[in-house]
Amino acid sequence: MRRPLAQRLAHARRIAAVLLSSQYAYMLEYRAEIVLWALSGVLPFIMLGLWSAVDAGGGLGMSSLQLARYFLAAFVVRQFTIVWVMYTFEEDNLSGRLSPYLLQPLPLVWRYVAAHLSEQATRLPFVVMLVGLFFLLYPAAFWWPSFSSLLLTVLATLSAFALRFLMQFTLTMVCFWSEKASALERLLYLPYLYLSGLVAPLALYPEAVRNVAFWTPFPYMIDVPARILAGEPVPIGPSFAAMAAWAALLLPINLLLWRRGLRHYSAMGA
Amino acid sequence: MDFAPKPVRMAIVRAQGLGKTYRVADKQPGLAGTLRHFVNRRERTIAAVRDVSFSIEPGEFVGFLGANGAGKTTTLKMLTGLIHPTSGTVEVAGCLPHRRQAAFLGQITLVMGQKQQLIWDLPPLDSLRVNAAVYGIPPAESRRRIDELAEMLELGDELRRPVRKLSLGQRMKAELLAALLHRPSVLFLDEPTLGLDVNAQARVRSFLADYNRRFGATVLLTSHYMADITALCPRVLLIHEGRLFYDGGLETLTQRLAPCREVRLELQAPLGAEAFASYGDVEAIEGREVRLLIPRERLTEQVGRLLADLAVVDLSVSDPPIEDIIGRLFHQGALA
Repeated sequence: MRRPLAQRLAHARRIAAVLLSSQYAYMLEYRAEIVLWALSGVLPFIMLGLWSAVDAGGGLGMSSLQLARYFLAAFVVRQFTIVWVMYTFEEDNLSGRLSPYLLQPLPLVWRYVAAHLSEQATRLPFVVMLVGLFFLLYPAAFWWPSFSSLLLTVLATLSAFALRFLMQFTLTMVCFWSEKASALERLLYLPYLYLSGLVAPLALYPEAVRNVAFWTPFPYMIDVPARILAGEPVPIGPSFAAMAAWAALLLPINLLLWRRGLRHYSAMGA
Repeated sequence: MDFAPKPVRMAIVRAQGLGKTYRVADKQPGLAGTLRHFVNRRERTIAAVRDVSFSIEPGEFVGFLGANGAGKTTTLKMLTGLIHPTSGTVEVAGCLPHRRQAAFLGQITLVMGQKQQLIWDLPPLDSLRVNAAVYGIPPAESRRRIDELAEMLELGDELRRPVRKLSLGQRMKAELLAALLHRPSVLFLDEPTLGLDVNAQARVRSFLADYNRRFGATVLLTSHYMADITALCPRVLLIHEGRLFYDGGLETLTQRLAPCREVRLELQAPLGAEAFASYGDVEAIEGREVRLLIPRERLTEQVGRLLADLAVVDLSVSDPPIEDIIGRLFHQGALA
């Protein structure tokens, strides 16, 4: 017999609270590593330097101030949308750690989601510090987004994280058949890098490339939330609709592969 | 005559014609073999478990014996639902394990001596909090259970130390606590004492016996340490090359597999092997000490003759260690 909804919600809340707190405690054990990870995510700043040099003549269609704000926003969005579930899952699978988790009455995915969210919470102070340092070095770029665009940014970033997580977790299912499935993620990193807006705002791309890019899920992972945060014009409704459509496409594939994968699981290393 | 119906005990673990085959890569050694394997990958099918059938009643403590690669762990993985059987059926606690329903998962546990579920960098208490929440154990009840199990396992401050700082024995006990917090009624234990020193082994053993008695739990235990099996398991399953070879009492197994008993003699003066030929098979002679194997049915008669014929200082009779018996049988291929 199913328990009443209120009881089930209380149970879910308790699981979420203990998973998040234990994962946060675990991440804090690795705070030095997380500082290095946060520092290693400064690609948008490097790209800002490059594009600013290119734009010395002002022919790009975006002012240097717009560029600075965009790349800072891209840095912030990237910090909260980094996904590494495939690498952890692959390691857990090969080492046999997956088996005890599979024998508990909690869908495995929530452990990884909690680990990612806890890692983002651990990153937060370092991200704030780096943003502060950026404004200190480039005070002209300082801006304060409106409450509504801040709220939209949080929503768009969360959706971007969910979409990126879902996409990688779907690919992760290949781990049930292959011991080196993470090679796929490395392959996918290239289109992600170029089409997400990490190396340049999509507004600077030729129109044909831009049109193709927006048919892929990548621009919604960095470019869209970053432009919302930077105060650039964004078609909000279609962007969220596109993210929802991609999620609706990936979710059944993910569930199907999960079920098939479990049938194929050989509990390696155990 | 008593016509009252006898209570029928339903099996809590039931395996019928259970089989599992794996596809494994078949690669020849050397560069040529590597290149051939890269271009034209070949695979072959290995039968890890074949047509295994048995059932276990609630509260039973059953030992699962077999050499490395015999199919013990594969069978345990099928019983817990981690892997799907290729053939046959399995039912545990009234559920089909591979469906992994919450009602099933809440009733079982699997402890693997070499694997851990505790979070490595945090104290065990953090992992226990997670387990309590996952299994829906109310906080007060989970504290009570942790105290109870910690007392049975002789764990105290260790629960507040990071797992990585614990000794192997302490870690294993903490793993057991984590695996049993939801009070499962069926325990699958795969080498729970592996690598532990003799004292730690004895403590884990006495805990398992205590847990089985106190909570009426059903236990299926694999171990390479025969002391675990002889101390805990009145019944054993013996598996060899994926087939179930024996299912019954440990005593019967010993008698069936060891028709002889070992007689140790200490003599006043050393004698040659030919002097013992009429009493039994000579196992070893070391100076004045002799070990003989004598068939059980002739034991009394031959011991009497030994005492009457030879200058014996001391004499003792024992069963050969069971690991020797099983090892010898596997080695000789006598199980075929």
